Amino acid sequence: MTLDEFKAACAALAADAPAQIAAVADLDAWTALRNALVGRASGRLTDIMATLPQLPKEDRREAGQAANAVKLEVEALLTARESGLSAATKSGGDLDLTMPARRRWVGAAHPVSQVIDEITEIFRELGFTIALGPEAEHTWYNFQALNFPDDHPAMDLHDTLYLQGDLVLRTHTSPVQVRTLQQYAPPIRILAPGNVHRRDPFDASHAPTFAQVEGLVVDEGITFADLKATLTHFANRFFGSTRTRFRPSYFPFTEPSAEMDVLCGVCKGSGCSVCKNSGWVEILGSGMVHPAVIESAGLDSTKYTGWAFGLGPARTALARHGIPDIRILYDSDVRFLEQFAR
Amino acid sequence: MNISHEWLKTLVPHTRSADEVRDLLTAHVATVEGFEHTRSELASFVVARVMESEKIPDTKLSFNKVDDGSGTLLEVVCGAPNVTVGTMYPFARTGTTMPAGLVIEKRKIRGFTSNGMLCSARELGLGQDHDGILPIETAAAPGTPLLDVLPISDVRIVVDVLPNRPDLLSHRGVAREVSALTGVAMVEPADWTAAVAIPAPVVGESSATAGGVAVRVDDREGCPRYGAAIIRGVKVGPSPEWLVKRLEAIGSRSINNVVDATNYLLHGFGHPMHAFDLSKLEGSTIVVRRATAGETLTTLDGTERKLTPSMLVIADAAHATAVAGVMGGLESEVTDATTDILLEVASFHAGLVRSGRRVLGLSTDASYRFERGVDDAALPELLARGAAYIAEIAGGTVETTLLVGAAPTPRARVSFAPSRVARLLGDAVPADEVVALLTSIGFDVQGSGDALSVAAPSWRHDVSRDVDLVEEVARLRGYDRLPDRLTGARPGNVPDHPLHTMGRRVRDALVADGLLEVRPLPFTTQRAESQARVLNPLAQDEAYLRLDLLDTLSRRAEYNLNRMQGNVRLFEVGTAFLAGSGAESVGGEEIRVAALLMGASRPPHFTEPKPPAFDAWDAKALATRVAHAAWPGATVEFAEAVRDGADHCLWTVAVDGSVRGHVSALTSLDAPNWASPAFGVELTLGAMPVAYVAPTGEHRYLAAAASGPAVTPVRYVPLPAMPAAEFDLALLVPTHISAAAVEALIRNTAGELLESVVVFDEYRGKGLPDGTRSVGWRLTFRHPERTLRDKEIEGRRAMLLKTLEKELGVVPRSA
Repeated sequence: MTLDEFKAACAALAADAPAQIAAVADLDAWTALRNALVGRASGRLTDIMATLPQLPKEDRREAGQAANAVKLEVEALLTARESGLSAATKSGGDLDLTMPARRRWVGAAHPVSQVIDEITEIFRELGFTIALGPEAEHTWYNFQALNFPDDHPAMDLHDTLYLQGDLVLRTHTSPVQVRTLQQYAPPIRILAPGNVHRRDPFDASHAPTFAQVEGLVVDEGITFADLKATLTHFANRFFGSTRTRFRPSYFPFTEPSAEMDVLCGVCKGSGCSVCKNSGWVEILGSGMVHPAVIESAGLDSTKYTGWAFGLGPARTALARHGIPDIRILYDSDVRFLEQFAR
Repeated sequence: MNISHEWLKTLVPHTRSADEVRDLLTAHVATVEGFEHTRSELASFVVARVMESEKIPDTKLSFNKVDDGSGTLLEVVCGAPNVTVGTMYPFARTGTTMPAGLVIEKRKIRGFTSNGMLCSARELGLGQDHDGILPIETAAAPGTPLLDVLPISDVRIVVDVLPNRPDLLSHRGVAREVSALTGVAMVEPADWTAAVAIPAPVVGESSATAGGVAVRVDDREGCPRYGAAIIRGVKVGPSPEWLVKRLEAIGSRSINNVVDATNYLLHGFGHPMHAFDLSKLEGSTIVVRRATAGETLTTLDGTERKLTPSMLVIADAAHATAVAGVMGGLESEVTDATTDILLEVASFHAGLVRSGRRVLGLSTDASYRFERGVDDAALPELLARGAAYIAEIAGGTVETTLLVGAAPTPRARVSFAPSRVARLLGDAVPADEVVALLTSIGFDVQGSGDALSVAAPSWRHDVSRDVDLVEEVARLRGYDRLPDRLTGARPGNVPDHPLHTMGRRVRDALVADGLLEVRPLPFTTQRAESQARVLNPLAQDEAYLRLDLLDTLSRRAEYNLNRMQGNVRLFEVGTAFLAGSGAESVGGEEIRVAALLMGASRPPHFTEPKPPAFDAWDAKALATRVAHAAWPGATVEFAEAVRDGADHCLWTVAVDGSVRGHVSALTSLDAPNWASPAFGVELTLGAMPVAYVAPTGEHRYLAAAASGPAVTPVRYVPLPAMPAAEFDLALLVPTHISAAAVEALIRNTAGELLESVVVFDEYRGKGLPDGTRSVGWRLTFRHPERTLRDKEIEGRRAMLLKTLEKELGVVPRSA
């Protein structure tokens, strides 16, 4: 064995290895090939190295370097091929890629909260901020300050749940109007979402506790034209392009008072069972703030005018999701709530 | 209020269709919430003419050729004896459903084909006459709908009358509005002739006597005016057909001619009336007084009722015989044997009627109107009208009329500047139009220009300020004709309520974390002595207001468990009602967030068929996340709780040093044995003051101008330029020494280059000395300017171990 022969054997190994390594199809074949090339027991390189002692002493160093270079080269190729093979195994191989993904529990805001959020977003764009008030409320805020005549059938519109002393569970969010007017100087542009309570038996269409969204605008020069335009804008944003209709109504705390209807979403105004053949669906009650309300907060009603509205988001939630019974909103069944994940 | 369109037309003979009336009322007056064609079951019937007819031998039947307007003559077999060629009859084509439910089909009878049915009055539900088919005299062409030919159809218009407009609770009241809106003048109804002579009333201030009858009003506040008519020689019997039809059209049943007449007047003219059998009134006397304690009365519905002195009654010389304005007594009821009648047309104090009917738990057509207000000024007219109707319908003579009390004081005038209209509605309405609109519905307008003086008519009780007049102008003009302008607005002065903002952030965080929001009822059973109670609850098991939200969430979790849903993760942002100082009073409100975790912490997957169940550490993590969402940047600390109460409180949660809530194991949950343990978190976001903002009629503006809640911005920390050095300490910690104590000592001892200390492992069990556990901490050190040398790290490790052993007796696990 000469140095040249030794180098030639190394070069031959280096020349053969790339094609052999590339031809390997799986990890078992790869292992077999690795053993055949650089395996300690019977690899080709090991066999070449075994001839090293036959060389003259002065050639051994150079021969060793040559063999080592080939070893590094071949091992690098083997390593690269191995990672290629194992990646292929992971991304395909015997995995069934139709198996389902890992999941997490989905969370959801309550459908009524979602309606309130949408309403809030639209009014935010118009410069409204959010005000809140207590649910256990003084009768003065709930009734007298809102111009309810004492002991009058108007009170029958609100079946009240009474607490000890001077408190009731508020029957509407309108008390927040007076609290806000007492606490902040005009201009006022607020939305007051919150729960209200009535002595209504819990049935398919009534609940003793339900959400309301109140709106209030008070400033100099506010008119019914602002009310109509703002609420119509809201309706178009909330329901998609629609039409509104205002008709006379009565609330002790507004004068004039108006109900706002939008075109029935089902029949688009031609009349169907959902809108009781009227073509319209009632959305909210509204009106110009009664001067007595403005005065109850110590403001000059000849200087300030305003408008207000109140709507019940639960009714909208029931209609838009096709929920037949309001009690489902309160049951809190996880299978129901999960349907509203977005 | 049910309005018959045909009845309405007797008072205002307009030519609009019922549909147009419905739209006018909804747009200008009050919402029409129901609209129903009476006899709608006959809508598909037509009139048809018999052109040829021949008897079918040996039967009662005839074989006819009928013109139903379709162009071809139809062959129809008929069993009636009165088929006459050339006459029109009601005709049901094949496919028509009879009122009794039968569907008319083509069929063979005795070999003859029959394509429809000629109908009798009884078959149409129009009476009992079954002698034969109903001949109809009409000029209409064959094929015309039956309802267009016979005057039997009507439209019932159901008007939603709100409490401010009791004047709309009668046909005359609605007719006034229709008259104003259509410009068609009101007329006297042609249903009756007004031929009865009515004597002028005998008047008195508090009593009057005439025709052998005495009327005395003892409670003049309760009964400002009492009118009575004495009608003798009445013959009680069935009502005339027109009257039966009117009452039927509004859904009312005919009783007898006298009662029907009073009902007709109630629904026609809005004033409740009552007819007494005069012979049953002891002493022929009427006394209007308060009931005495212990007095009883059997009312018309046959119920014996206990009366109280808060009630106004109509009494005879001996006892109460009616609850004023609510219901008459059975004793003095008009019966078939009645010949002499006392007709009462009175006005009663609204509040007294209201409290009376409340105590009795009885609402009637009469009390409904008295509570809302009747037209007192019209009382003499209606007394005369009522007496005349009864005398005309039931016979007899109006012997005398009595009127006790005074006419109501005229309405106060309201100063009204038409320029107010523009200020409130946005556009000016010409002054002459304002005057014309108000006058059209009976308002008396005086003055000129911008200084008008307006008096409301006696039937309107809802007009006391100029805005009330603006509303009249607005609605009569039509809301849809008023301007609609979006103008720029000044920004409001009110900042977002911080509790709303916090609540939103918390909700978003919990939803992102996979929790489901609930909005349940806040009622519960009694949990504490001084808990707030609802005085008039709907259900006794929901009579109290909840003290905490986890109470509600626990009940909701139980609801889910009952439906085999064991993976429950619910939260609520809502109100807790604090116990007051007195018994059962509200001590304040707090907005809180609560969450309940139970069952699998994530859905099962084929790689993990049994995912771990939620545990205390998940609840603790959730509490941390909620606290950080509510108070960004705040320090959140947990303290081991004093363990008491039904549920097992694990930690109290402090935010920036103040306790805000707790994390608990919900051990009191009524759960089946297959359910996983439940954990709850409840934190108080803030208080919602119930106190008055300012005294009534005043304001108290906050000194601070509008501004958002103070948020401390996050300060940037430079990223480390030098590598960190780490080592682990596996320590044997005696059970009575907390991990927190060990960690605190490590932090205090390790020096300022310590970057973090994290527990990465805990082991209890075999191979450890009794009373110890092994806890592993990973410590990270970093020098800002240079790489730490191994020697420095080793020094720290040795120093830490020495201190831990000396201070706490904690030694390395391997040692």
